[in-house]
Amino acid sequence: MTYDRGRCEEISIRVREHILAMSTDGGCFTGASLSCADLLVYLYTSYLNVRPDTLTDPNRDILLLSKGHDVPALYGTFAELGFIERERLANHLDCNDHIYWHPNRAVPGVEFHSGSLGHLLSVGMGMALSIRMEQRASRVIVILGDGELNEGSIWEALQVAHALHLDNLVAIVDRNWFQANVRTEELIPLEPLDEKFRAFGWNTARVDGHDFDALHACMSSLPIGTGRPTVVIADTMRGKGVPSIQERADRWFCNFTHDEVAQLTDELHGNAVATLVSPTLIVR
Amino acid sequence: MNRYELLLRDRCAIDPRVMVLTAENRGHMRNVPPYLGDRFVDVGIAEQTMLGMAAGLASRGRVVIVHALAAFLTLRAFEFIRDDVAIPNLPVIMVGMVPGVLSDGNGPTHQAIDDVGLMRGLPNVGVFAPADEEEFVEGMAELLDNPRPCYVRYVGTPTSYHREERTTLHRGVTVCDERECCPQVALLTYGAMLPHALQAAQKLEQQGVSVRLIHMPMLAPLDEAIIVEALNDATMTVVVEDHLIRSGLYSAVCEIAVRHRIAAAIHPIGLTTWFPAGRLPQVLRVTGLDADSIAPRIRTLLNNESAPERPTTDEISS
Ligand SMILES: [Mg+2]
Repeated sequence: MTYDRGRCEEISIRVREHILAMSTDGGCFTGASLSCADLLVYLYTSYLNVRPDTLTDPNRDILLLSKGHDVPALYGTFAELGFIERERLANHLDCNDHIYWHPNRAVPGVEFHSGSLGHLLSVGMGMALSIRMEQRASRVIVILGDGELNEGSIWEALQVAHALHLDNLVAIVDRNWFQANVRTEELIPLEPLDEKFRAFGWNTARVDGHDFDALHACMSSLPIGTGRPTVVIADTMRGKGVPSIQERADRWFCNFTHDEVAQLTDELHGNAVATLVSPTLIVR
Repeated sequence: MNRYELLLRDRCAIDPRVMVLTAENRGHMRNVPPYLGDRFVDVGIAEQTMLGMAAGLASRGRVVIVHALAAFLTLRAFEFIRDDVAIPNLPVIMVGMVPGVLSDGNGPTHQAIDDVGLMRGLPNVGVFAPADEEEFVEGMAELLDNPRPCYVRYVGTPTSYHREERTTLHRGVTVCDERECCPQVALLTYGAMLPHALQAAQKLEQQGVSVRLIHMPMLAPLDEAIIVEALNDATMTVVVEDHLIRSGLYSAVCEIAVRHRIAAAIHPIGLTTWFPAGRLPQVLRVTGLDADSIAPRIRTLLNNESAPERPTTDEISS
C-alpha cells in the first residue's frame, strides 16, 4: 500500500460528504462518524492489506469497528474505495438494504457486525489467535470508542490479549473525548489512558488522528510481532471538519433537514457557516 | 482419561478445526491440554471474552467448544452468546458445568436454573441436556460432526439407563413404557433428572400406575411429535425438571399443547425459585425432585385429576 496524503485528504472530504448526506431522513451518529473518518480513510487507503477483490482472501488484514455507530464513516470509505457502489448509500435506513446505524456482514468489507459496545475486541482476539495458528501475516485492527472503554469487557479482554501475546492485534481508540452526550472526562475520566493500557501489558502509541502524516508515521512503526498487543490512542475531534457541530455534546446523533445538510456540506468545503434549526439531542 | 477427554483428544487429532476453550474450568478435562497444544486455550475467569474469542475463531472456520460454569456462561456472557454466536450462527458449542441441581452446595449465584429458558429463547441456538456421561459424549461427537451453535448442560455421571440406540440430537427417547398405548402418565424429563424420574416411574408401575417415561435430551429444537403423541395418549402429562417451571420444558410442552389445541392435563414438577444449598441428595429431597418425592406427587395429581372424559383433539377441531 502506498501512502499519498493528497489522496487521503481528497477521499476524506468525500467521506465526510457521505456522512452528512446520511445525517437526514432518519439521521445517523454524525459526530462520532466525523471523528473517525480520517482514521478509516488512512487505514483503508494506506495501511490495510485488503481491497474489494480480496475480501475472501484468508491473507487479508481485518478491521473491526467495535464502536459500530460510527459506521457512516466506514460506508463512505467503502463507497469511495469501491467495496460498495456509491449509489447504495442512498439506501441508508431502507429495510430493503443493510445500510443502517450499525455495521453488518451484508455490506461487503464488514468483517463482523457490531452495535453493542465492548464485543469486538474479544472477537478480534479470536481472529488474531486463529491467524497466528494459520501462520499468516494478517493483522487485526479493532477500532474502539473512548466511551466504549467504560465497558468492563474491554478490560477483561485487554488482560487476556496480553496473556496470549497477541502481537498481530492492534486496537485503535478513536479518542474524540466525548461519549454519547457528555465529555468523557466529565463523566468517567479516562486519562491517563496510555498508562492504563501500559499497565495491562500493551504497547502504546498516541497520535493525532486527523494528521495523515502523523498517522502514517505511527502506523508504519508499530511494534507488531514483538510479543505484545498494541493500542494506538488516536486523539480526534467529534464532528471534525464541520465547525458548527464540532466538539458539541449535543450533536452526537443528528437528523438534519435537507437544507441543513446542504449548508453543512458548504461549511465542510470552507464556505459560509450553517444556520442550524433542527433540535439538538440531549439525552441526559 | 475420561470419555470426554478421549473424545477431545481424538477429535482434535483428526479435525484441525476443533478448538477447546475454557474460562478456568477444566476439572472434567484435566488431562487433555498436553494433547491439544495451542488448540486448548484457558482464558482465565473471563466468560465474555471467551465467547467473543470463540466467535472470532469460528468466523475463521474453526469449530469451538467453550466451557464455563453454566450460570456464568449463560448469564454473564449471555449478550456475547446472543450477539456474537447466535446472530451470525457460528459453530460454537457451549458446555455449562454444574447446571440445575448439580451446583448443590454453591448457593443461588451458581444455580443455573434458568439456563434452558435463556438458551432456548435464542434463535439458532440448540439446547442439549444429556442424562449421563455416555449420552454427553455421544451428543458432543454428533455436534462435532455437524457443528452448530448449541448450549450443553454437562452431566458426567455414569450411564443411568439401558439405551437401545445411540443418542441422536433431534429425538425424544422413550425410556420405559408400561403399555403400548394410552398410559395413565406421560412423564417427560431431561438431563440429571432422568435417573430420578426413572426410579419414580418404576415405583409407580409397582403400584399399578402405567407410565411412559420420555427423556428429551434435545430441548431446542424440540421433538414436537413425541410430545404431541404423549399429550394425546396419556391421561396426564407430568414434566420433571431441575429448572424453573416458567421457561423450561414445562413451558415448552404447554406451548406445544396450545399450538396443537390439545386440552391435556399438564403438571410441572420443577423449581419455582432458587433452592437451598446443600449436598445433592438433600437438595433433591427438599426440592421434591427425588424419586421418593416424585412418585407420591404424581399419585396425588392422578387422584385429583377429575377424570370426566376430557375432549379429544378430534372433538375440538370438529
Ligand atoms: Mg467518543
